[in-house]
Amino acid sequence: MGFTATRDYTATAKLLHWLMAVLIFGLLALGFYMHDLPLSPDKLKLYSWHKWAGITAFALLLVRLAWRAGHRPPALPNSMPKLMQLAAHGGHLALYLLMIAIPISGWLMSSAKGFQTVYFGVLPIPDLLDKNKEIGDLLALVHKSLNLLFIAVLAGHIGAALKHHFIDRDDILTRMLPRHSKEN
Amino acid sequence: MKRITLALALATAQLTSLSAHAVEYNQVQADKSAVNFVYKQMGVAVDGKFKKFSSQLSFDPAKPAAGKATFDVELASVDTGAPEGDDEVAGKPWFNTKAFPTARFVSTGVKPLGGNRYEVAGQLSIKGKTQEVVVPATFTPQGNSAVFDGAFTIRRADFSIGEGAWAKFDIVANDVQIKFRITASGK
Ligand code: HEM
Repeated sequence: MGFTATRDYTATAKLLHWLMAVLIFGLLALGFYMHDLPLSPDKLKLYSWHKWAGITAFALLLVRLAWRAGHRPPALPNSMPKLMQLAAHGGHLALYLLMIAIPISGWLMSSAKGFQTVYFGVLPIPDLLDKNKEIGDLLALVHKSLNLLFIAVLAGHIGAALKHHFIDRDDILTRMLPRHSKEN
Repeated sequence: MKRITLALALATAQLTSLSAHAVEYNQVQADKSAVNFVYKQMGVAVDGKFKKFSSQLSFDPAKPAAGKATFDVELASVDTGAPEGDDEVAGKPWFNTKAFPTARFVSTGVKPLGGNRYEVAGQLSIKGKTQEVVVPATFTPQGNSAVFDGAFTIRRADFSIGEGAWAKFDIVANDVQIKFRITASGK
């Protein structure tokens, strides 16, 4: 049998992974939805919510990176060809980079557009850029393009997880699932 | 020789403007003037500006009470920082610029507050509604021209600015601060 049992992710890793997954899908959907709305008080409210959720995702990412710095994720199964393992690591690196770059581009865009981000209406996030229309429009395009790229990489990520589960029939998917939790 | 004549001419011009009679300042220098506003959107200060305005000012620091000012702002020249915001604010629920293209301030009295500070009372008309406002301002003569600086706060609801879905203040606050700097030269 080609089945290789590998170690599970820890409860912390799983929690952060799924919390961010839910948040990011929400952010993607909300981002495209709000962008197309005609201007209204609700649109402005959704923009604020998107910015707060985006900052939350970024904060969670920092926690995740700090955690990751002290923990190695479980190894990939030996059944995986070296090239595939490399692709998996590259894909994960791309996801991390995008999860850093997307919120930062959103934050800078908001500053350049002249709408400061105030986290939950109480904590002002400093404006690193002055108001500037051209830079604001450019950063909006950057934010959007990075998100389109993110969706492509996420599609690959999800596709790969499903392939592992249904075709390779290894435990790559299940070791990230809460149910599969072993004491760790 | 030419230099000296020019210097003399300049000096005379300066003297004339300093002499104690009311000077008409009606040539607004657009590049040295600005009309900005600041409001709160969900508690966050956001600013914008108007690009087109004109003004008629007649002011003599020796007789401030006789000073007069008229001020017109072309509302369609609003810059909110986002094109869709500009379109929205020009529309019916906000300024309704088709029916009410200009905002106008006409002074009714000037009170000196000491130094170069004055209090200009007047009537502000926007969107068919007129309100008394008191505008603290400073007056700084600069040769042939003068700089008027000031800021005051209006409540947008007093002028029905932002009706319908925008009438509540939870997203866009009622208070709007108007800041202006007018550099005008005499004719
Ligand atoms: C992981 C975090 C984030 C994700 C996945 C995300 C996703 C998106 C998406 C998909 C859009 C729609 C793009 C478009 O159609 O133009 C969008 C728009 C936007 N995002 Fe984000 N975003 C994130 C973080 C942030 C942050 C932190 C901020 C600001 C502090 C922000 C501010 C904005 C703004 C202002 C827009 C509207 C752009 C426009 O209408 O031109 N985003 N976001």
